[in-house]
Amino acid sequence: MPDHARPQRPDKVYFFGTCLIDLFYPGAGLAGMELLRREGVEVVFPQGQSCCGQPARNSGFFDEARAVALRQVDSFPEDWPIVVPSGSCAGMMRVHYPQLFEGRPEAARVEAFAARVFELSWFLVHVLELKLLDKGPPVTVTWHGACHSVREMGVVDEPKALLRQLANVTLVENPREQECCGFGGTFSVRQPEISAAMVADKVASIEATGATSVVSGDCGCLMNITGAVDKANKPLKGRHLAEFLLERCHGA
Amino acid sequence: MEPDPDFAGRAHVALGDSKLRANFRRAMDGLMAKRKAQFPDPAAWAQLRARGAAVRARSLARLPELLEKLEAKCRANGIQVHWAETPAEGNSIVLDILKRHQARTVIKGKSMVTEEMHLNAHLEANGIEAVETDLGEYIIQLAHQAPSHIVMPCIHMNKGEIATLFEANIPGQPYTEDVDALTAAARRVLRERFAAADAGISGANFLVAETGTVVLIENEGNGRMSTTLPPLHIAVTGIEKVVESLDDVPPLLALLPRSATGQPITTYVNMISSPRREGEKDGPTEVHLVLLDNGRSRVYGDLELADTLRCIRCGACMNHCPVYTRVGGHTYNFVYPGPIGKILTPQIEGLDCAGDQPHASTLCGACAEVCPVKIPLTDILVRLRQEGVRPTSGAVKGGGANRSAVEALVWRGWRAMYASPLLYRLATRALALVGNWLPAGLPMLKEWTSVRVKPRFAAKSLHQLAKEKGIKDE
Repeated sequence: MPDHARPQRPDKVYFFGTCLIDLFYPGAGLAGMELLRREGVEVVFPQGQSCCGQPARNSGFFDEARAVALRQVDSFPEDWPIVVPSGSCAGMMRVHYPQLFEGRPEAARVEAFAARVFELSWFLVHVLELKLLDKGPPVTVTWHGACHSVREMGVVDEPKALLRQLANVTLVENPREQECCGFGGTFSVRQPEISAAMVADKVASIEATGATSVVSGDCGCLMNITGAVDKANKPLKGRHLAEFLLERCHGA
Repeated sequence: MEPDPDFAGRAHVALGDSKLRANFRRAMDGLMAKRKAQFPDPAAWAQLRARGAAVRARSLARLPELLEKLEAKCRANGIQVHWAETPAEGNSIVLDILKRHQARTVIKGKSMVTEEMHLNAHLEANGIEAVETDLGEYIIQLAHQAPSHIVMPCIHMNKGEIATLFEANIPGQPYTEDVDALTAAARRVLRERFAAADAGISGANFLVAETGTVVLIENEGNGRMSTTLPPLHIAVTGIEKVVESLDDVPPLLALLPRSATGQPITTYVNMISSPRREGEKDGPTEVHLVLLDNGRSRVYGDLELADTLRCIRCGACMNHCPVYTRVGGHTYNFVYPGPIGKILTPQIEGLDCAGDQPHASTLCGACAEVCPVKIPLTDILVRLRQEGVRPTSGAVKGGGANRSAVEALVWRGWRAMYASPLLYRLATRALALVGNWLPAGLPMLKEWTSVRVKPRFAAKSLHQLAKEKGIKDE
């Protein structure tokens, strides 16, 4: 993204696992850390981390969001890049933390933290200049561009560029790739019927590509999309980008 | 039948209407593609958009001063200026003017602010017939419906529905889905109305303070006819539409039609700066400008919320909104649907009437991405959610209307869990053990599992796995 300073290739990075990955998709978190480690970067996973605070902020509970945000800021004290396997959580920390703390005593500290936040695929492409060697069998996949990844973190082509490096992976474009899947955090339960209509359309657009797997960089979207796919007993698979990439390169 | 008071309830009805959904999906897909074709170069778009946003921001920053300047200049040009704080005041101003002229029929160009005032109903109740002359507005007036889109009011209807409507309402008109024939039929009817009208009412896209000019853009020529044929013209608009100088208009004109309908420019660009002058052969002999506040001053009073008033009513936000596309304009139940409606309606009508609207969004940001004047729509949505539960000040009417003791308690509990590493560790361990046995009938899980399977808690959290694998903690 244009206003995102590209740091030098660091020796050490922090990894922010996100609360969804922590509870539901730890494999995606481990894969993300492994992709970084394989490039010779030491990964630090602070045990004090929890959630970026986005659910409270998006519900209008700013005090609660700030309290949880500060916990994260305090858990990542060193001046190392913070790599996040979710555009949505990264967007919260990078874009909305400074807004939440504007004019408050913590503002400078929070801003310095926010400036160190990077979305995983962006970091892999622009900072580590990752080169992948595909060891997996032929497969056809499509990409789901998560809203906040695209619109807050400016991550559009990076993940697809990584997928295109994989010789046996055919990436088919979904013309509605950037259309919201209908998750929206609490939206999915506050407006369940609209959310249901959106995810049904999202699944249909993915199926129309002919791909057997949908890959995304955000577990919120994946939980929503694969939740709907599994409920309908459809064969489509959903994978987090980190897990998918690592599996291909490990020849698992 | 009164519409359901609840957004979700109205959405339920709309979502079940497959024809309506198909109409919107097709129309919005077309509009998105057309807009995209108008802005092929991201750098040029960014530059133009920055200019548009700057013009609107600068104009708003000086709003009181510019309005005074506009009033003085209009008066000097012979345009009579009226201020209306409420829709009721606006209606009576318009009615008084019309009565003074003994007007019986009025032709109207498209105007969302008169929709906001429910002017037509007010005039009708006072024995004055108001005929909508914009094709889309004419269609919904025939159908006794409200607009479902701010630029294309009948976008929820397809050709067949319009053909049936015309066959039933226009004498001698057979059923036809031929668009040219339908347009010609409307034109035949409207020509007679134009010729016989006592007054014309229009909206305004921009008001230029420096020159006292009403700028009105349109494609059908009905705006020009409404503002030039009858002897009396009344322009009705909101106080936020003012810009400083004529130089401010071109960037906005370059953005508005391209964002709205994907046209490089509209067929007509009307600039009205005075009534008919001596020696001129046409034009109204009297021109009035009615400026409506209706809560806009209150919006203006808050630095963040004031960005709402930048809006130039292009409708791109709704064209790109995945929620609007699925539930249609009438689900919003107020004049302004879609993302701009979701931020404007609660501020005008109050959070006590429309507090659920800011929540009817995934915050996907598709709206803010295409907004030609950079309104931070998602940030304002979140701000209004906050005003609903924890009003920061009296900034928004009905602030605090969405308070719920249960919800406040849930977030306090959430904070306790996520702000304390110890509690977080205990809670996540507990969830890993029992989470998958939670009954699907629990609140939230019930809504979630209506169309999705339950998410599966992993046996071990990433925290645990990272520790086990010896990944450094600091």
